Amino acid sequence: MSTTTPGMAERAAEAAARATPNVISRRVRGLSDRAIAWLFISPTIVLLLAINIFPLIWTIQLSFTNYRANRPNAEVVGVGLRNYERLLTDTDVWLAMQATASFVFWSILLQTVIGFALAYLIDRKFRGHAFWTTVILIPMMLSPAVVGNFWRFLYQPQIGLFNYIVSFFTGVEPNSFEMLGSVNLAPWSIVIVDTWMWTPYVMLICLAGLRSIPDYIYEAAEVDRASPWRQFWSITVPMALPFIMLAVLFRGIENFKMFDMVNLLTGGGPGSITEVASITLKRQAFEAWRTGPSSAFAIILFVAVFGLANIYVKALNRVKQR
Amino acid sequence: MSGLNTAHSVVEPGIWSKRIAGTLVVVYALITMIPLIWIFTTSLKSPPDSISYPPKIVFTPTVEGYCNLFTTRSRQTQEYIESLGAPDNVCDEIARDRSMVVVGPSKYWPRFVNSLVIAFGSTFLAVFLGTLAAYGFSRFKVPLADDLLFFILSTRMMPPIAVAIPIYLMYRELGLSDTELGMILLYTAVNVSLAVWLLKGFIDEIPREYEEAALIDGYTRLQAFFKVVLPQATTGIAATAIFCLIFAWNEYAFAVLLTSGTAQTAPPFIPTIIGEGGMDWPAVGAGTTIFLVPILVFTILLRKHLLRGITFGAVRK
Amino acid sequence: MQRLNKIALGVSAAALVSAASMSGAKADELTLCWAAWDPANALVELSKDFEAQSGTKMNFEFVPWPNFADRMLNELNSGGKLCDLLIGDSQWIGGSAENGYYVKLNDFFDKEGISMNDFAPATVYAYSTWPKGTENYWALPAMGDANGWFYRKDWFEDPAIMADYKTKTGADLAPPKTWDELKQIAEFFQGREVNGQTVYGAAIFTERASEGITMGATSAMYPYGFKYENTPGKYDMEGAVNSADSVAGLEMYKAIYNCCTPPGYTDSYMGEGLDAFKSGQVAMMMNWFAFMPGMAKDEKVGPVTGFFVNPGQKVAASTLGGQGISVVANTDNMEGALNYIKWFAQPDVQKKWWSLGGYACHNAVLNDPGFKDSQPFAAQFLEAMGGVQDFWQEPAYAQLLQSMQKRLHDYVVADQGTAQEAMDKLIVDWTEIFEDEGKL
Repeated sequence: MSTTTPGMAERAAEAAARATPNVISRRVRGLSDRAIAWLFISPTIVLLLAINIFPLIWTIQLSFTNYRANRPNAEVVGVGLRNYERLLTDTDVWLAMQATASFVFWSILLQTVIGFALAYLIDRKFRGHAFWTTVILIPMMLSPAVVGNFWRFLYQPQIGLFNYIVSFFTGVEPNSFEMLGSVNLAPWSIVIVDTWMWTPYVMLICLAGLRSIPDYIYEAAEVDRASPWRQFWSITVPMALPFIMLAVLFRGIENFKMFDMVNLLTGGGPGSITEVASITLKRQAFEAWRTGPSSAFAIILFVAVFGLANIYVKALNRVKQR
Repeated sequence: MSGLNTAHSVVEPGIWSKRIAGTLVVVYALITMIPLIWIFTTSLKSPPDSISYPPKIVFTPTVEGYCNLFTTRSRQTQEYIESLGAPDNVCDEIARDRSMVVVGPSKYWPRFVNSLVIAFGSTFLAVFLGTLAAYGFSRFKVPLADDLLFFILSTRMMPPIAVAIPIYLMYRELGLSDTELGMILLYTAVNVSLAVWLLKGFIDEIPREYEEAALIDGYTRLQAFFKVVLPQATTGIAATAIFCLIFAWNEYAFAVLLTSGTAQTAPPFIPTIIGEGGMDWPAVGAGTTIFLVPILVFTILLRKHLLRGITFGAVRK
Repeated sequence: MQRLNKIALGVSAAALVSAASMSGAKADELTLCWAAWDPANALVELSKDFEAQSGTKMNFEFVPWPNFADRMLNELNSGGKLCDLLIGDSQWIGGSAENGYYVKLNDFFDKEGISMNDFAPATVYAYSTWPKGTENYWALPAMGDANGWFYRKDWFEDPAIMADYKTKTGADLAPPKTWDELKQIAEFFQGREVNGQTVYGAAIFTERASEGITMGATSAMYPYGFKYENTPGKYDMEGAVNSADSVAGLEMYKAIYNCCTPPGYTDSYMGEGLDAFKSGQVAMMMNWFAFMPGMAKDEKVGPVTGFFVNPGQKVAASTLGGQGISVVANTDNMEGALNYIKWFAQPDVQKKWWSLGGYACHNAVLNDPGFKDSQPFAAQFLEAMGGVQDFWQEPAYAQLLQSMQKRLHDYVVADQGTAQEAMDKLIVDWTEIFEDEGKL
């Protein structure tokens, strides 16, 4: 932090002793604290109310109607809980949720394992690690939509690079399998791309976690003659665990919402195998224009994620207390 | 031996440990780079080369991809082409070799400019409002502050498509569909919650004593904010700006649903660059490469702040 | 409820609106929106005459097919002012008419003496009228189109290949007249070495996102006897959509997909088909007649390409494509837009349209004795248009199409269930949609 003159520090101490911390109504020259507080906070609150909260309430209200956005002149009828009923009993909706859950699970698993491993290796601080860290970060900076689009090119069996590289390493004929069109491999195609893109993100968080572990703990373990293996499992992993869990939380939420990349990579196909929840939602809301039912679906998704995130955060806080 | 610069395991990792780690990381980095290098090289291939099978590793580079990206062309008869004068530039020359004539500029550049305006505009606004609000939450007692903040952050848990439904209707009523202002407002609103959250963490770290001292010295609260707090918060602001920019720059769902012509940004546009049959992969590669450049530059310039930003976000929760 | 919301919005957003409003009036300019494909380029060429004649500057907004419907329907729904004229797909007529997005052209036609009798009846029915078959016109037939086939004439006429085919199947190698023959030919070519390259049988439509696989599969299903309703207008789909004939047609389409398509051909539509055919990967390609002029003119592939009509089976049928040109109700230049329509409807403009590569629907062009010989695909076009069938044109068309896309792709590409199950589920979907619409 920047340096201060000794005099200033003294005076600061005096002031701290004299003044109470959060005094709103203390008048100083110029605008009062209260005025500043409101001046600073209100634009943000207004913006959030207008673009986050008000639409959320509108969505909730729409979810109880049969409104269709492409029929502005049609009569709008309240239908109570019918939209919710239909959605929760629709097999296709459950299939979409399943596809989403499977995608989230596998991509997070891979990203976490590889991301943590990378962070651990980078923490060895070999020569040039800063440069290579920056290189690894590049996939994260791309637009998921653009990534989905050009990975589609890479996955083509005849003209794309992926099959030929696999063929090079395993001897399998490049034309004999296709990632995007096959029922078994399509889900893996999106997991691979997501891992490619976001492992750097998990790596950064884990790196922050690893760097936060103080040296003296390791020194103490050394003194106790703990082996590196034991040190890893009893010091490194537990102390980095809150960070790892945090990375999992963030990536989990993001992957649950995932639309861009999957839409451009597989379009939800083949059939509906990779149709994740967002794609179903988009088709219902903006292609079929069933605004009422899709609002209900949006609320269901929101409640699901919110609920799961809450449970997870409580678990995370408990881990942190340890 | 722990000195000031050692790593965080107890003894400095041995030479071999470092070498192995280094090799593994470099291998990973190179593998990760292959798709990007491939896209870049595709941008330098001619369209037939780009869809040849097996894929060509060795090829003659050409700027046809970039030309196709920036121009629109139409197919003409040989006689018509011969009747024209000399080609104006290299793109015209390439087009004529394919029996086509350059008709005008493509829509890519306007889309790119839209991206610049909307992304940087909303980032600036989000960071500006976010800093102010974060300061407010940090220094003053706001009723229900924690709950409010968490609830606002939780709206980021909705899929963008879900958020887009009412926004679409709202913008339709307000005439904000397909306007740059509409998109800037939307991205700002989405980003500001994260900005407030991150910046509050940073500002909380700045000791209040500095402001108190300044106030004692006779500065107003506002002046104290600008002269004392802001300079200290630069790292936090930079880190927040990077995150906001990356989101706004790369955003696709809102852009594709809420814009069509005037305010359309580059991400919805790039996957629609079609050649004479299927996609024009060299042009797509060119578009992707060019689109990556600003964000790459911005992130490299501010890379030190990126790590701090992630750290603070992590620790805060 | 909606009104209250609107009032609240209006009051709170007055400042925003004034800041965001843009002037849309263009002095004498028109923007015409269409899909980005060969005929669009031809239209640009053709419109130069209009520009010269009227002094109106023509701007064009062309969107590639996979995004065209999404983008344009979005534009119409959000009250956009991008397009003055829109050459929209025939299936959009129901929705656009009922929601007031298109201008009803009857009065204008009467005033200008444009008679719908001058246009081929099938095109008027399909591209202009809503409700179907009534005399309410919402578009001028602009581009006649149907699903047809391209094939490698040079391979079909190669003596060695012909002899081999005769030995293997006992029949002569010629453009197929039935789907059984098509499958036989496709199987023959699948995996064969021709000129040192492995080639494949057929490139068919399998696209999931917009309408690809529906257009492709119906090309197989119509000839087998697939119908949408037993009685037109009654929405009685049971026994029509899932009849044994329909199922047989769908199974044939899947069989061809399984046996005879190039690798990775799981999400392919017009562009991919053209690429596959031009690069010499396939012996036959399913695609719209709209691409035939471009293919015939191509220096490399033109001389070796032949065309045949969609094969029949029990009936002769082709999937209808094509569009009519409409005036967008929201336009700022109504007069200019109507002027364009008036100009476009003239017989000599229509003749020039055909010569440039657009499929004119005017009788002066189609009934001309020299028409059949004017292009190598002209006769096939007439034959196809004589037996076209179209998808639902209901206002709920987008939803109906989406269901069919899903059920077809699930079955054909993703191997889920049987053809009968797919059709049964489709009826369930469609019934729900029609019930929501109040039609059932």
